[in-house]
Parts: sequence; structure tokens; C-alpha cells
Amino acid sequence: MATENLVYDRPEGFTDTPTHYCPGCTHGVAHRLVAEVLEEMNVIDRTIGVAPVGCSVFAYNYFDTDFVEAPHGRAPAMATGIKRVMPDRIVFTYQGDGDLASIGMGEIVHAAARGENITVIFINNANYGMTGGQMAPTTLPGMKTTSSPNGRDVETQGYPIKVSEMLSTLEGVGYCVRRSLHDPKNIRLAKKAIRTAFETQARGLGFSMVELLSTCPTNWGMTPVNSLKFVEEHMVPFYPLGDYKMSDAIKQIKI
Amino acid sequence: MQKEIIISGFGGQGVLFAGQVIAYAAMDSGKQVTWIPSYGPEMRGGTANCTVVIADQEIGSPLVEHPPLAIALNLPSFDKYEAMMQTGGTLIVNKSMVDRASKRNDIQAIMIPCNEIAEEIGDKKLTNMVAAGALLSALPEVSLQMIEAALKAHLPARHQHLLPKNYEALRRGFEFAKAQVQ
Amino acid sequence: MAKELWKGNEAIAEAAVRAGLEAYFGYPITPQTEVLEYLAKRMPELGRAFVQAESELGAINMVYGAACTGVRVMSSSSSPGMSLMMEGISYIAGTEVPAVLVNVMRGGPGLGNIAPAQGDYNQAVHGGGHGDYQAIVLAPASVQEAIDLTVLSFDLAEKYRAICMVILDGCVGQMMEPAEMPEMRPVRREDWDWNTDGKMGKRERRILSSIYIDPVEEEKTNLRLLNRWRTIQANEVRYKEYFLDDAEIVIVGFGTAGRVALSAVREARAQGIKVGLLRPITVSPFPYEVLDQLSGRVDAFLVTEMNSGQMLEDVRLAVKGRVPVEFYGRLGGVVPFPDEILNEIHRMVKVKLSADVHPRDAWLERMAHA
Repeated sequence: MATENLVYDRPEGFTDTPTHYCPGCTHGVAHRLVAEVLEEMNVIDRTIGVAPVGCSVFAYNYFDTDFVEAPHGRAPAMATGIKRVMPDRIVFTYQGDGDLASIGMGEIVHAAARGENITVIFINNANYGMTGGQMAPTTLPGMKTTSSPNGRDVETQGYPIKVSEMLSTLEGVGYCVRRSLHDPKNIRLAKKAIRTAFETQARGLGFSMVELLSTCPTNWGMTPVNSLKFVEEHMVPFYPLGDYKMSDAIKQIKI
Repeated sequence: MQKEIIISGFGGQGVLFAGQVIAYAAMDSGKQVTWIPSYGPEMRGGTANCTVVIADQEIGSPLVEHPPLAIALNLPSFDKYEAMMQTGGTLIVNKSMVDRASKRNDIQAIMIPCNEIAEEIGDKKLTNMVAAGALLSALPEVSLQMIEAALKAHLPARHQHLLPKNYEALRRGFEFAKAQVQ
Repeated sequence: MAKELWKGNEAIAEAAVRAGLEAYFGYPITPQTEVLEYLAKRMPELGRAFVQAESELGAINMVYGAACTGVRVMSSSSSPGMSLMMEGISYIAGTEVPAVLVNVMRGGPGLGNIAPAQGDYNQAVHGGGHGDYQAIVLAPASVQEAIDLTVLSFDLAEKYRAICMVILDGCVGQMMEPAEMPEMRPVRREDWDWNTDGKMGKRERRILSSIYIDPVEEEKTNLRLLNRWRTIQANEVRYKEYFLDDAEIVIVGFGTAGRVALSAVREARAQGIKVGLLRPITVSPFPYEVLDQLSGRVDAFLVTEMNSGQMLEDVRLAVKGRVPVEFYGRLGGVVPFPDEILNEIHRMVKVKLSADVHPRDAWLERMAHA
């Protein structure tokens, strides 16, 4: 008699709610990886998430954990307030590039510098998604957006910010890596990094962040497949994948 | 009863502390009291002053425009507060730091060499206590004994060994002022 | 407990600790910094949370985060810093979580100066942050009152899931007065039905947010806040009366302006002038009702403030033009002396008062000719 094996299911870390994300957007993948990790670590019950302002503003609808919703850019400050009074809880922020690297640059840098024992999932899709595809601090040189219609001119619009590289210089940071979500192999690597980041927090080893290169097919004006190619061909070369900071204690963590 | 006192001098002359000691003594003897400093950049080496108000009832304004009582530990303070004194008021002037007599004959200006007296006692940081002692000669509501008790009660443990010299400074100032008034 | 000589700012900090403050987040700014410095030492001693934030923006959002967990949390600042906090204040109000904020006001606008002022009345009482919300605003005039109102602010914030602000000018923050501290209350963690402290196997997940994408839902939220505010207005108005029984002229002033007026009132009474003082303790909710009643039996009001007449408009709303309302203010960090207010009382006794000119315009005229 043939047996059927269930190989794919909704992780316990998720609620039964269809997401509002556009087809082909990698937010859903990033969400799922976080939910799987929370389930595997058996911490769903004691996790408090902090949602940003941006496309993932409704992230709180999808995770089966307590959640709060921060003002634009302030998620690391809110997470600090929560973690300082509830140090035994798992606290994470989920932030896009406009939220984290533009309006919230002060909050993220100082949370990292203080070594706040929180985990940050940083989605870098090189534009402001929710407001309709404007230039973000991470927009590539020459890349067209609705507010850089002729392509980002670095002479007048400045250069992109490489957040992982920058934060990795801070003593308070335990774990800081960049991964990409453009193919299954990289998605598996991203999940391992997310697990390591949450393990960093669970063990009190300091600030942890995983930057995830992501797609925005709608605002980029590409098919989902082409947007994955764009990540691989244009974003990965500019934003190299790698481990930018990993303290010795974290290197010992076996997953 | 309500008495207002302004204490003024260079930052570092112990102006604020002198006011606090008087405030403590007033509080310990059951009076209402407020102490308010001039605060801010002048804390860093410029002139500093504080206002102390002692009363029997709820105190209104913590600040006073024309004080009946004042201490001027340096010339700029003398220049400023001499002009603002209430008629009939008493101004304690640190003679060691000023080079002129009072221009007003409707106030009592008690000229007292606070620095020299403090140095005689062996600690020039006691200038403020000499002046505070002198002020008590015009403030019957606060006695020498009350202020000595307040010092003992509120001086941190690490400074308690300084009490005898503080007492001496207060007494010398008090006696000097009494003698000058007589 | 015996009276001790307490500095206003430090007294507020210790009073908050005794009220069960579990987390403080702040940023240095004169004339408020002693609150931060005191708690930097005191909170870690007690194993409680203290963070010097990177900015007031950071501080208010740390407050927001901690408030969502249901603990007693506070920040303090002075005028320019409070302006930076306004974003977070609106979010906290919209999320309906309790938080206590202290504003030791200084001269403004802009960088202004560090001298005592009351120019943030409108910001605190009539909004400041965006959207429809109201904060409870308490205005102590002495160190003892600063202690008592700080303790009260935590109780009110929790009771109404609202922001409770304590506004004082630099005078009250910097002055020392004999005051008595309350007993130390134990830190307590309530099982609220709203806080996000993790499911912990006890309940379904919770979300705290100020988002109501559906305008109908947002309107419902606004109405809920408004109805709660009406309850606060009905129950929480506080003020102090001085010599009002036979008063013909009533001075209205809060905080330091109120206590300076008290000196003038006493002097005028000694001269046989029937003048009294109403000192609002809650400036929000504002004591409209008592002013409304007084306006039926007194000849005139004099509003004194250390600003350009911000509370004046609330007094005028209450008095409804029945009797003249006069104004005297000092601004920009200048504290009035009692004589200035006494002169106003003398003037009001001597000249026939007119309700035709706006009191602020009349005052500006007088200032120009002074």
C-alpha cells in the first residue's frame, strides 16, 4: 500500500492568513524562513516581533506570535524597550531598506552599537515598495525608480549604503551576514543564517542581523523570474554575500 | 514671616552649598523653604547665585527682585546686588574680593574679609561658610546652633571630618559681623 | 517618612522609582538632565532597565516598546526634545498603551535657552503629535507636588491606557524644597488583557498597533478615545484654590506662574484687595467647570503665564465673555516677579476693564508702553 508523506506544510510559526504580497515577491519566502526557525527552536510562545513601516507593515498578521507595529524606522528602538524589560523573550524586528537604512539609520546603528540582544531581519530590495517604487538608500547606481527616473545619479543622489559591511564594524554586533533569496540553494543558506541569528540572541551573544537580498517584481517592472535573475546578476555583485561579523562564540554554534 | 536671601559669587566659591546649608537649617527647624540656583553655562566658572526663601507658610515666588538679605562673594556680585537690595536690608560683602565701599546708605553693608578668615582657619574653601555665618547675624530665624546641626545631619560621611573647621568658619563670620554692626 | 530637601528633577526620578518604574529611556537636555543622571545610578541598583538613547526619537520608541509589554515606563526631556518625541507620542496614544512623560520646559521656540518657561502648554494640552488624541497633563508648582503628581501619573496612565505628561518649568525642576517621598511600591506585573509580553502558553497571540486601515475602524478608535477622554474629564480634574471665597478678582496661573501669583495675591490681600487664585493642577483635563462657576460671581479674571497666553484661550472658553479676562505674561525664559502681577491687580482695580479688545492684544499694548 502506498504511503503519502507530507513534505510541505504551513509552519507552526504562521497563522492561517494569505499574505498581501505581490506575486513573485520574496517577502513570503523570508517570512516562512523566520517562522520555520521559530518553530524549530520552539520559541514561538515567547517571541515578540516588531513590524516596520513599508511593504511588510502587516507582517504581524502572518506570524503566530505577539507583535507590535513600530513607527517608520523605529523598530530597533521599540525592540530595545521590549527586550530590556523582558530579557527572556525572543525579540526580532523585520525591516525593509527604506525603514532600516534611511529614516531608521540612527535607531539601527545605535541598537547595534549597544549590542542589543535582538535579531533583525533586513530585507534589501533596492527600493521603497509600499509607496510605489521610489529610490531607497540601497538603490543601485543607475537603477531607475519613480524618484530617480533617469537612473540613480550618484553625483546628485549619492551612493548606496552597504548596511552589513557598515554595521559589522561595531563592537556590539555578534552576528551580521548577507544572504540572498534568488534560488533554492541561497534560500537554504539564508535559513541557516536566520537560525544562527536567533541562536545568537537565545544565547545572549549580542546584536544579530541577516540582510536578505530580495525582489520587487512589481516596482522593478519585471516578471518574478526576471527579478530573481536581476538579484543574481546585479545585486549580488554590488552587495556581496558573506559573513561580515561572526564572533568566536557564534562560530561554535552547531546547527 | 518670610525672608529672602540671594547668595552670589564666582562658580567654585561654594555659593550654592552655602544656600543649601541655610535651607537645611530652616527645614530642620520646621520652616517652609525654597532654594533655587541660577543654572546653566554660568555653572562653568562664571558667576553663580542662588535664592533661598524661608517662610512660615506656603511659599509663593521662589525668586525675589529686591532681597532684604544677600551675600556678595565677589565684585560683580556686589555691583549687581547692592543696587537691588531692599531699603533697610543687610548685604554681606566679601571684602577680600572687592576694592570699594558701599554706595548706598539705606542698607547695611557688612564688609568682611572672608578669604583671609578662611585661610586663618586653614582652608580657603571655607569662604562661603564665613559669609554664611555673617549672614546669620541678620537672620534671627536661623541660629548658629541650627546651622551647625544641619551641617552635621546633611554633610556626607566622607566630609564629616571637616565639620569642626566649618563650625569655626561660621562662628568667626557671625562674630565678625556682630562686632561690625555694634 | 521624614521630609528631605529634594531637587525637583531628582525628586521626580525617585518618585517614579517608588511608583514602580521598571524602565527609563532618556536623552540629556538641560534643564531636565538630573532626571536621567539620577536614574542612571538608581535603576541599575534595583535591577531595573535604564538606557541612554541615541536621541529623543530613540528614547520615545523604547518607551513605546516597553509600554506595549505592560510595565511602568517613563521618559523625560525638555522642550526641544519633547518636539522630537511627538511622533512616538502620537503612536503611543493611537496604540492605547500607558506611558509617563516629563517635560521640564525651557525658553523657545527653536533652541531657545535653558531658562524656565511654559511655552509648551499648547503642545502638551492641545495635541503636538498628529491625529486626534488627548493626553492627561499635570502641572506641579512645587517639589512635593512634583513627587505626588509623578506617582499619580503612573496610576492615571494605566487606568486609562493613556499618555500622562507631567509638565513643569525649569524652576520647579531645579529648585530644592523640603518634601516627603511615598513608600516604595513593589514592582508589579499585571496580567493586562492587552499587553504583548509573549503568549507564554497562556493565550492567543496579541497585536499592538496604531494602524486601522479601514477608515470606519479608525473612526471607531477615535470615538473610543474620545469617550474615554470624557470619562477622564468627568473624573480627573484637579486644581487648588486660594482666597476664592470672597474674591472679586481671580488670578489663574499654573506651575511657577501660579505660585508667583500667590505672592502677589497675599500682598494685595494685605492691602485690602479682594483677590484670589485658582491654580490648575490638571491643565488637561482643564478645570473649565470651576471657572465657569466662578465667572458667575466674580468681577474679572487675570491669567498669568510664562508664555504668550496659551492657557488664556482655555480660560476665555470657560468664562464665555461674562466678565473681563485680562492677561499678563512673561516669555522666552523670563520668570515674573510678584510685583509685576501686583501692578496688574492694582491696574484692574483702578481702570474700567473692557472686553472689547483681546486680552493678549491689550497686554502687548501695555508692554509696548512699559
